[in-house]
Amino acid sequence: MTLLKVENLSVDFPTPDGLVAAVHETSFEINPGETLAIVGESGSGKTVTNLALMGLIPLRTANVTGSAIFETHDGPVDLLAMNRNDLRKYRGKDMAMIFQDPMSSLHPFYTIGDQIIEAHQVHNKVDLKISEARTIELLEMVGIQGAATRLRSFPHQFSGGMRQRVMIAMALVNNPSLLIADEPTTALDVTVQAQIMKLLSDLQKELKMAMILITHDMGVVAGAADRVNVMYAGRIVESANVKDLYANPLMPYTQGLLASVPRMDRPHADRLSAIPGQPPSMIALPSGCSFNPRCSRKSEVGASKCESQMPNLTTRGHEHFARCFIGEGV
Amino acid sequence: MFAYISRRLAVSLLILLTVSFAVYVIFAFLPFDPAALTCGKNCNDPGIIEANRHRLGYDLPFFTQYFLFLKGLFFGRSFGEGAALINCPAPSLGYSFQQHACVTNLIGEALPVTFSLAIGAIVMWLALGIGLGILAARFRGRIVDQLSTIFVLIGTSLPTFLTGLLLMVFVVIRWHLIPFPSGNYTPFLENPFEWAQILFLPWLTLAFAYAALYTRFVRSSVIDTSNEDYIRTARAKGLSESVILGKHTLRAALAPIATMAGLDFAGLLGGAILTESVFNLPGLGRLAISAVVKYDLPIIVATTLLAAFIVVVMNLIVDILYAYIDPRVRVA
Ligand SMILES: Nc1ncnc2c1ncn2[C@@H]1O[C@H](COP(=O)(O)OP(=O)(O)OP(=O)(O)O)[C@@H](O)[C@H]1O
Ligand SMILES: [Mg+2]
Repeated sequence: MTLLKVENLSVDFPTPDGLVAAVHETSFEINPGETLAIVGESGSGKTVTNLALMGLIPLRTANVTGSAIFETHDGPVDLLAMNRNDLRKYRGKDMAMIFQDPMSSLHPFYTIGDQIIEAHQVHNKVDLKISEARTIELLEMVGIQGAATRLRSFPHQFSGGMRQRVMIAMALVNNPSLLIADEPTTALDVTVQAQIMKLLSDLQKELKMAMILITHDMGVVAGAADRVNVMYAGRIVESANVKDLYANPLMPYTQGLLASVPRMDRPHADRLSAIPGQPPSMIALPSGCSFNPRCSRKSEVGASKCESQMPNLTTRGHEHFARCFIGEGV
Repeated sequence: MFAYISRRLAVSLLILLTVSFAVYVIFAFLPFDPAALTCGKNCNDPGIIEANRHRLGYDLPFFTQYFLFLKGLFFGRSFGEGAALINCPAPSLGYSFQQHACVTNLIGEALPVTFSLAIGAIVMWLALGIGLGILAARFRGRIVDQLSTIFVLIGTSLPTFLTGLLLMVFVVIRWHLIPFPSGNYTPFLENPFEWAQILFLPWLTLAFAYAALYTRFVRSSVIDTSNEDYIRTARAKGLSESVILGKHTLRAALAPIATMAGLDFAGLLGGAILTESVFNLPGLGRLAISAVVKYDLPIIVATTLLAAFIVVVMNLIVDILYAYIDPRVRVA
């Protein structure tokens, strides 16, 4: 059974400068308990993809199309076809999201206890005492000492790492079957990053929930993910199981991303072998393959082909897909 | 919290002392002879002038004068001696020879008028400004928002005296929407209905300009706040839009309004000079203006000090209030 099946999801933002095709016809699936990593440079559409699934993109600023069939507590629903008010039943209950910046994601005027209790109360018609007990349980689970008193603290009384723990507790309070974590560690210190990642994967196993993990850190992906979607300029350019992707990256962009990961077996100086050039402007995408201006392997199939045609996402092996002319049809 | 309040209190006292001294210095060294003005224009007798100078203490050294003024605030003060002895009990702000009255009594009569004017106006402009601001933010770009923009434009560009006159001409005289505010200011305790009837137009006049400012401020504050990450978090929880607006957005968006309203209220209490003049209300603003025109020094000093006092006290109240609203301030 699939937990979430996304088909042809597109998100366009009409702006004064033109249409920003932030996400273009992406399709992917996620099974219960599985971790899907979405990787890609800044601006590639990772956040927008997931905000669209959560129904958090204001309708008047964007056109969202496609379908996303999600297995909820009342059976399968299409997240993209539903009106926003009906979607509320599932937000925070069947699917929850944690955000990049824990410093600004909590309301500064309410205690963390109030904020987590509120998240529990929206979806459960129970006594406040029960919600409070559940909140304490969750806070202990995410490793906050003295949860029963910390409940009454305000967000500014916590460090960044602790706030992200609070956000995780809040997201998990209703036992969601899908957790979307949007770069949950980018804003934190390196040592704290590892702790939070470990906490997330421990909790995920314990609660048997699926996770979409957005990151641009390929190192994190290797440790945490089952499958990986690589996004570039609003499109999925490669998708594979994590082992296959690391062993056999097919798209030059993926190869570049992997080459930029610092590794133990390589000297320190190699660290910055990042992909040359800048991500394209989303308003004026280059013709042909969006990646072609930065691609160092165009000559293998003929530069003019890459510059004039957009390759399709095609099957390259067992559950391995790539959007590239190189090696296509082999 | 207690330490915070005591520290703020100490600072406020220091500010008040500094302000009172500064005011005293400024007025003491102006090139006017306050004694010469104590007995009106037709007073040319140097004997009387010198006698008044002595009675009011203007012949004393500067620091003694300042000290006597401060002392009078706490213990009362008397002027002259014998049959001509005038006693102004504490808190004494001096004696006005031109008006033949203790300044404290004059202020005691004028302050309730100004307070009545200010309190009604602030209620009106908060209701209108906050309400319209929220609506404009919520329905951004739609008709309510456009109407509010027009309102803001007019409200911020029309001077108060013009608003007052226009309201008088149209609302009362042309359209007969409100009966002509006849008679003098009536205290609230005497006849609340008449009190409100007479003050209604002045309230409207004052509230108009402020409401426009507040509408603009609330609108942009609500819009800014609704783009905050924590509002997105609230939405991700599955809360309804009305809870998100009422509990999450407004709480943060309106917090700065408390500060703004407190300070604007304090400013008005110091005397709404134009409105009081247009509507002929015997408030502090009018007291101050007439004193300036006649160079009635004790009243000028007293009203200036009172205005400063109100601003300082209001600042203190607002800061304490804000610490309750925003928990981040509390630890400081
Ligand atoms: N409200 C909006 N209006 C117009 N363009 C938008 C809007 N939101 C996002 N975009 C554009 O959509 C594109 C994708 O943004 P998105 O936030 O998904 O990137 P991302 O992959 O999450 O990047 P990052 O790693 O920096 O978080 C960007 O080019 C961004 O400028
Ligand atoms: Mg992002």
